Amino acid sequence: MAAPKKGRRQGTQGKPGRTLVFILIALVALTGGMFLSGHTTPRLGIDLAGGTSITLQAKNEPGQKNAINETNMNTAVDIINKRVNGLGVSEAEVQTQGSENIIVNIPKGTNAKQARAQVGTTAQLFFRPVIARQPSVPVDGGKKGDKGDKDKKDKPSSSPTPGASDKGTDKDGDKGDKSGDKSKDESASPSSTPTTQGRSVTDGLKDEPTPSGKSSDKPQDKKDETPKPDPTGAPSAQLQEQFAKLDCTDPKVRTKIKEGIKPTDPVVACGKDSDDNWNKFILGPSEVSGKEVDDAKAVFDTQGAAGWKVTMDFSKTGAKQFGDITGKLAGKQSPQNEFGIVMDGEVVSWPFVQQALTGGQAEISGSFDQDEAKDLANILSYGALPLTFKEQSVTTVSAALGGEQLRAGLIAGAIGLALVIIYLVAYYRGLALIAIASLGVSAALTYTIMTLLGPTIKFALNLPAVCGAIVAIGITADSFIVYFERIRDEIREGRTLRPAVERAWPRARRTILVSDFVSFLAAAVLFVVTVGKVQGFAFTLGLTTLLDVVVVFFFTKPLMTIMARKKFFASGHKWSGLDPKRLGVTPPLRRSRRTSAPAAPVDPKEA
Amino acid sequence: MSKLGNLGARLYRGEVGYDFVGKRKIWYGISILITITAFVALMVRGLHMGIEFEGGAVFNTPKTSVSSATAEEVAEEASGHQAIAQRLGNDTLRIQISGVDTDKSDHIKSELAKELDVKADDINADLVGPSWGDQIANKAWQGLAIFMILVVIYLAIAFEWRMALAALIALIHDLTITVGVYALVGFEVTPGTVIGLLTILGYSLYDTVVVFDSLKEQSKDLAKQTRFTYSEVANRSINSTLVRSINTTVVALLPVAGLLFIGGGFLGAGMLNDISLSLFVGLAAGAYSSIFIATPLVADFKETDPQMKALKKRVLAKRRAAAAKGESEEAPAPDADATEDTEDGDDTAPAVVGPRSGPRAQPVRNRGRGRPSGKRR
Repeated sequence: MAAPKKGRRQGTQGKPGRTLVFILIALVALTGGMFLSGHTTPRLGIDLAGGTSITLQAKNEPGQKNAINETNMNTAVDIINKRVNGLGVSEAEVQTQGSENIIVNIPKGTNAKQARAQVGTTAQLFFRPVIARQPSVPVDGGKKGDKGDKDKKDKPSSSPTPGASDKGTDKDGDKGDKSGDKSKDESASPSSTPTTQGRSVTDGLKDEPTPSGKSSDKPQDKKDETPKPDPTGAPSAQLQEQFAKLDCTDPKVRTKIKEGIKPTDPVVACGKDSDDNWNKFILGPSEVSGKEVDDAKAVFDTQGAAGWKVTMDFSKTGAKQFGDITGKLAGKQSPQNEFGIVMDGEVVSWPFVQQALTGGQAEISGSFDQDEAKDLANILSYGALPLTFKEQSVTTVSAALGGEQLRAGLIAGAIGLALVIIYLVAYYRGLALIAIASLGVSAALTYTIMTLLGPTIKFALNLPAVCGAIVAIGITADSFIVYFERIRDEIREGRTLRPAVERAWPRARRTILVSDFVSFLAAAVLFVVTVGKVQGFAFTLGLTTLLDVVVVFFFTKPLMTIMARKKFFASGHKWSGLDPKRLGVTPPLRRSRRTSAPAAPVDPKEA
Repeated sequence: MSKLGNLGARLYRGEVGYDFVGKRKIWYGISILITITAFVALMVRGLHMGIEFEGGAVFNTPKTSVSSATAEEVAEEASGHQAIAQRLGNDTLRIQISGVDTDKSDHIKSELAKELDVKADDINADLVGPSWGDQIANKAWQGLAIFMILVVIYLAIAFEWRMALAALIALIHDLTITVGVYALVGFEVTPGTVIGLLTILGYSLYDTVVVFDSLKEQSKDLAKQTRFTYSEVANRSINSTLVRSINTTVVALLPVAGLLFIGGGFLGAGMLNDISLSLFVGLAAGAYSSIFIATPLVADFKETDPQMKALKKRVLAKRRAAAAKGESEEAPAPDADATEDTEDGDDTAPAVVGPRSGPRAQPVRNRGRGRPSGKRR
């Protein structure tokens, strides 16, 4: 694809067979790799395989300038990924596209509506007082992940429940898990439960407990009819009952309890500690919203108990609210001296409070490692999602229609290819064989590489990509035409085939490289700049342009060299496409060339 | 085909040829006319923007016998917005409703499913915010600008700045024509259209570059001779690559036509159709512009170069001298201007550089064949 270089690749002229063998080996290797990897068809994009595709665009918010950067986008992808896969969705795909878009592809057969609801919204982050907490073990009939642990209901079990078998959900839990802690503070904790979750929140003390949390009279589902209890008071019987039945190891249950919760109501929730054990909670109404956290940082504490900790800065309102809640919680018994940091309905951390914190600043210490601290800081400072997203487009595609489109595209491609072949045969006759063989090699390479790119770089063949591939037939065929025309021009000058083939090549090569470079440049620019469907198209175009060069250099040219030795072509058979008579070479011309050529001022092999 | 092959040979030798460069004014005129038409169409009629640019939802249903009017009614009732339903080639329906949000789209979908007696899951819904298309378009413009800058730099290095400039003008010309056709005919502009339009970038230039490559070669030692002006050489290179241009255009258009007429016929409106339609128009425009616009432009630019001006003078002077000398023996040898304006492509021998530039390519070459007129027929 580089600028044309002269005099390169003399070797191919000398040993065409070797080059051919090389490309055939490459082809066999690619095909072998394809079968070895178990992917024999290209990964189909959502528009062909069916499913839902959601495009989210990051929005710039006032006071959040420069927030749209790579780190934040990646964090957002991470979080959205956890959310979508937390639905029990398998193979949902979240990826950034361009600098400010996130594409979420949810394969067919999942609850697209629910996913849609979860994906775009900025996560809900709340600080809720803990009313009750227990390690959660599978309840009777809990289907998933409960190997042998058939303990009755909510009886605290000393044996950790093995993580739920559902992989996606495990991932989901990781977030909470990260903030989990390895009991360093346990001694300091007045906790009587055998948990290792406690973490202290320390800062200046000021005491001004006020009842907070406006009571809500909005109707709610399930656990809501109860009058709002005092945040730290006894939960309603209904909640108690729900709490007792709660089995956090069941992902379905976890998803269910997240539905319809309101910040103003006490809720039950689940959270995972650092040992991958689920804890269940009754939480009071939200006292502080995550929005009130201005900033949170993971810092390395050099004094005192050296280690990573998370510091938070609250807004004015937040500082007051936080002061209130910590004041209330400070004197209580564990676990009621803890507050749960709840993201998207799941408790990610539940530090305990030693004193009221009113300075508008607080820190959570414990034995974090760096990643854990950073994760928690991220969650705190961004309200989980670092950016606000807007739903740009939602596409649901049924596999039936997608398949039909693919079929139509393939039929169209096949017909297009057939037309091209017919045209080539009609015009180039025998030479068309070489063109067709090259097109075949090109197609095989494209197919195998696309297939292999599926698992490696998540390349998915979507409809625009199919279009790109079909259009590429023209680009590929063009290279042959350039070369063939050159050869014919050489023959018109009276050369025999073998020298003609060699002399035509450097010129044709130059033209092919220059024009392919322009094509590739267009594809590359489009790929870098654009998003979504356009990008898929550009990728295919770029790939096929590259392959075109490979095929012409390593297949067409050597094959042509070999064919030039065959009598059929060399003798200029009527059907070879190289018949001198048909090409307009006449003996007198040849004679005249011989005599006058030396006088020619211009390079003799113009065309 | 053999005739075509022969034609190729004669084109190659410069025995036949169309005087593209000489008649450039006609083609410039046509192009300007087309461009103006395109602009007027764009102003007056505007582009028919697809739902992706306006915001709304598109539903694609499976095969159904329900009429489009009924479907329209159902959709309008469910959405409260105006709906356009189209029956596609394969008995499926495409229903387009603007100003629909997520919740409504689900509602409409289930209503439609009920009416059509199909599963809601089998109805494709494409829901887009108004800014989605804009964003694609913006990115496309951005890509276009970056590409143009890069390609001009590249062409300026690989060839020369005049060619780069001409190629750029030809490219803009192609895009204008394509957009104009869209405005005139009223095809819907969708992201697919944008994709197609962007592909024209590479393709239009591909064609141009091949001609330029040949031109660059043929004009390599131009200053050292006095037989041909730059314009004549340019014309020669167009003619000598004409067969290739025709072949590649045909070969490029065939698969696209396949996509357009067959793929489109199967499915009616859709991504395949959108892409292939704009490609088809753009490819045709690209082939036209590389032959009729880009290369003549290069010739025009180049003729302003002092060196080339001097060359032209020398060539003309020499020709006049030759003509004066040979006057008695043969018909008035065509002088350069006359050649450029002659209708008959067959006697433009002096206007083109023969491959071997042997005697045949010289004004007097035909003497030996006893055709005093200079025509070889």
